[in-house]
Amino acid sequence: MRKVTYREALREALREEMRRDPTVFLLGEDIGRYWGGAFKVTEGLAEEFGDERVRDTPISESAIVGAAVGAAITGMRPVAEIMFGDLTALAMDQIANQAAKIHYMFGGQVKVPLVVRTPFGAGVNIAAHHSQSLEAWFMHVPGLYVAAPSTPYDAKGLLKTAIRGYNPVFFCEHKLLYPIEGEVPEEEYLIPFGVADVKREGADVTVVATLYMVHKALNAAEELGGEGISVEVVDPRTLTPLDKQVIINSVKKTGRMVIVSEDCKTAGVSAEIAAVVAEEAIDYLDAPIKRVAEPDTPIPFSPPLEQYVIPDEKAIIKAVKEVV
Amino acid sequence: MALSLTKEKLVEMYRKMLEIRFFEEKVFELYAQNLVPGTIHLYAGEEAVAVGVCSNLRKDDYITSTHRGHGHCIAKGAELKRVMAEILGKKTGYCKGKGGSMHIADFSIGMLGATAVVGGGIPIAVGAGLSIKLRDTDQVVACFFGEGASNQGTFHESINMAALWKLPVIFVCENNLYAMGTRQSRAMAIENVADRAIAYGIPGEVVDGNDVLAVYEVAWKAVERARKGEGPTLIECKTYRHKGHSRIDPAKYRPKEEVEEWLAKDPIKRFKERLLQTNALVEAEIQQIEKEVSAEIEEAVKFAMESPYPTPEEALEDVYA
Ligand SMILES: Cc1ncc(C[n+]2csc(CCOP(=O)(O)OP(=O)(O)O)c2C)c(N)n1
Repeated sequence: MRKVTYREALREALREEMRRDPTVFLLGEDIGRYWGGAFKVTEGLAEEFGDERVRDTPISESAIVGAAVGAAITGMRPVAEIMFGDLTALAMDQIANQAAKIHYMFGGQVKVPLVVRTPFGAGVNIAAHHSQSLEAWFMHVPGLYVAAPSTPYDAKGLLKTAIRGYNPVFFCEHKLLYPIEGEVPEEEYLIPFGVADVKREGADVTVVATLYMVHKALNAAEELGGEGISVEVVDPRTLTPLDKQVIINSVKKTGRMVIVSEDCKTAGVSAEIAAVVAEEAIDYLDAPIKRVAEPDTPIPFSPPLEQYVIPDEKAIIKAVKEVV
Repeated sequence: MALSLTKEKLVEMYRKMLEIRFFEEKVFELYAQNLVPGTIHLYAGEEAVAVGVCSNLRKDDYITSTHRGHGHCIAKGAELKRVMAEILGKKTGYCKGKGGSMHIADFSIGMLGATAVVGGGIPIAVGAGLSIKLRDTDQVVACFFGEGASNQGTFHESINMAALWKLPVIFVCENNLYAMGTRQSRAMAIENVADRAIAYGIPGEVVDGNDVLAVYEVAWKAVERARKGEGPTLIECKTYRHKGHSRIDPAKYRPKEEVEEWLAKDPIKRFKERLLQTNALVEAEIQQIEKEVSAEIEEAVKFAMESPYPTPEEALEDVYA
């Protein structure tokens, strides 16, 4: 099968949906012909679809998402890009109080079909304002869906589903994933929300990992395989809805679970997944749940400091060995 | 100009501008050698703004800064070596390597910190102004931000509040025509950011941001006004960044003629010509200053390069006070 990058897969999803549906349009800072997006996801799209549908905005995150909400409730399907995940803080009212609540609060009268895409993640030395992983903030908002694809295949299929849906979707990407290549078929496909993917089958330990951590978990699993420990890697792909069943089924099989997520540990993605298993499958566990996550600090700038806080393969291997 | 400056003051201003320029050239060079982690946003070309404004400030006055903040630090009197060390991620940097290029602060000289969230520093300047008022001192705050930032809600909310409460804040818009690849005319429907002042009932001034004496004079008036308790001013300095937005940006979105036109208006070159023309300084003195500044920069680089990195565990320190 042909291989494309995560970045190209996202771009293909945007392009195909824009061709299919004239109500789909993009807005964001420097996403148009002069820059093509800070991470070049939208490069070339303004040339094909014009500046009206690939709309550069002023630096106004709150109004970017707010305008997407207004357009979504009046017949359009906007896809907003927020240049860095940290900056979604500026748009939080429009995401959490407006987009996520409109359908419910107004008694189901109107749907809010919009997508907010943004990259999270540390690892490129750009410090505390450009490196966070804030997925859990959005999991805490009923009415929002939260996608978090780790591969080009998942990125494309989930983004197409997000654009075609009828709910606001917070679409998490990761800076280090953009250049990663993976198999993506030529023919069209969609990936439903709420369906986890077993990225590697194994028998001894379940490792649930998200976004870039999926790749580190797979590396760790490979290494552990060499030592005779068989690791199953489960990628939820969407955090809301969360596919509890696939996770629980895996835990039933292995009896052990390690959760790997790049966000801060306290009240993070890993906390929710651990709680689900503790609540619904504790009897199947033969060892305590282990979590590998960022310690509860802002992301520091200096390389040795930053490397210290980002979860790595070594930490995953250590956690797995602690439970087997 | 209405203000007459002493030779000493003029020399100090010229020296500061050179310090910024040579410092940024050095950072660029180190970056090319892979010695600077992350990204950098250089201030080269905009020196007249930071120096023109900060030359009016006392040590106990405050400034807030941006992602393009090296020049603000230097103009306010930060130590070159500790700025350089921070940019290289060293333990001896102003923020122990936790902040880096986009997050330098030196509270001992009233430099309240650079934020990498565009527009994030503007309300903080208002808060510092409010604190000055509540503590009843005669300090002032200079708040630096780009024209791109002036499209954030924080800009509008902050100026309204500062105007309402007559706070001693000087809002300094560094209009370098582009916010990343977005030309000003594609992000706002007006020509002058300063025109927005009228909406909040404060004075708005447009000034040639590549003329340090012009900036100095406009800022002088604004500082006087602020110190007297008469409230904030919005100053828009028209300027240009010499390089791309950040290290990876070749800035292809800028027409060549435009770049050439602005390079010809280099603020340091202009100031130097003026100093020579008015006999404020002679060529030999200029050369002497250049030599001294070069040596200072070399020393700063040496200090930064020889400084240790923080130990990894230090990542866990400073989360709470
Ligand atoms: C809130 C926010 N939005 C977007 C960005 C990404 N970004 C960094 S600098 C920049 C352009 C800023 O332009 P301007 O305020 O004019 O300052 P300049 O870079 O021109 O000095 C952008 C969009 C950011 N860091 N913060």
